[in-house]
Amino acid sequence: MADWLAWLAGKKTTKSAGAAKDRLKLVLINDRTDLTPAELESMKNELLLVISRYIEIDSNAVRIDMTQEGRQQRLLADIPIRAASRRTR
Amino acid sequence: MSATVITVTSGKGGVGKTTTTANLAVALAAGGQKVVCIDGDIGLRNLDVILGLENRIVYDLVDVVEGRCRLKQAMIRDKRLQELYLIPAAQTRDKNAVSPSDMVRLTDDLREEFDWILIDSPAGIERGFRNSVAPADTVLVVTNPEVSAVRDADRIIGLIESEEKGPAKLILNRVNQEMVKRGDMLTPADVLELLAVELIGIVPEDDHVIMSSNRGQPVALDPKTRAGTAFHHIARRLKGEDVPFMNLEVKEDIFQKLSRLIRPGGN
Repeated sequence: MADWLAWLAGKKTTKSAGAAKDRLKLVLINDRTDLTPAELESMKNELLLVISRYIEIDSNAVRIDMTQEGRQQRLLADIPIRAASRRTR
Repeated sequence: MSATVITVTSGKGGVGKTTTTANLAVALAAGGQKVVCIDGDIGLRNLDVILGLENRIVYDLVDVVEGRCRLKQAMIRDKRLQELYLIPAAQTRDKNAVSPSDMVRLTDDLREEFDWILIDSPAGIERGFRNSVAPADTVLVVTNPEVSAVRDADRIIGLIESEEKGPAKLILNRVNQEMVKRGDMLTPADVLELLAVELIGIVPEDDHVIMSSNRGQPVALDPKTRAGTAFHHIARRLKGEDVPFMNLEVKEDIFQKLSRLIRPGGN
């Protein structure tokens, strides 16, 4: 009933379950890997630093994410490499 | 006869472990099974009051382990159901009075006589949890669709795996379908996706649970209640039956129906 009135009044109801799910996803990754968000971030940065010592990468398009497969965590990195011919130096 | 040992645990306190243990015991016993439940929460016993057997305690789990009484003397027989027994926890001792190997020995002595041994684990991840999980054939994790409970359930599921007692099975307790419907409560599908475990039961939030615990009459004694039905379904799934998950929809009022018709998929 209250929902219907809110709908009639054109009010946007915020759905808190979505927030719960998004927050839990991150919390569970931290709990399962025993890595804080800050540690995860610095690990990503170090990884990129090491890789770019050998090859030139497109740092704007880099994606490194922790994903979940069942109860297994997986670190997925998508790191586009600049073609050697286009390198400036 | 060789009993299956089921341990009910959760990580977080207050999610309904004891209620679940009591009601599964009642539902299994009502189906003609021989059941004993053990309160593993030494120092904070509660299974006795939920079952309504608190006035009949003479000996407890610690008395058995320390040899002050025979196992049979600590078993309280429920008068409502023929084959339901309780071994209460000690109230004035701490968890270190019992070890995981004590629990294994105790349940081994009971296995021959029963179909089911249910252990109500204390909250937390310490000694009481390890005591309760040590003899388990199957571990049930109870949680609520709420951030702290889901987080702790994930932690406990990991610990159950590392104790080689997995895979744990999940009971999602206190689901408020009205809140789920308006998007303010995690859905069972959300929780399963996050925890990635097998579901064995969904129990709707139901006032009858508190009303029946007030009286010491577990809600499963009345299978007409929604929560009671849910516990009977879980009991049947434990026995290996394929029971479809019940529809938790609450009755919609006319306005909800209308807004759904006008705005399909908008909720």
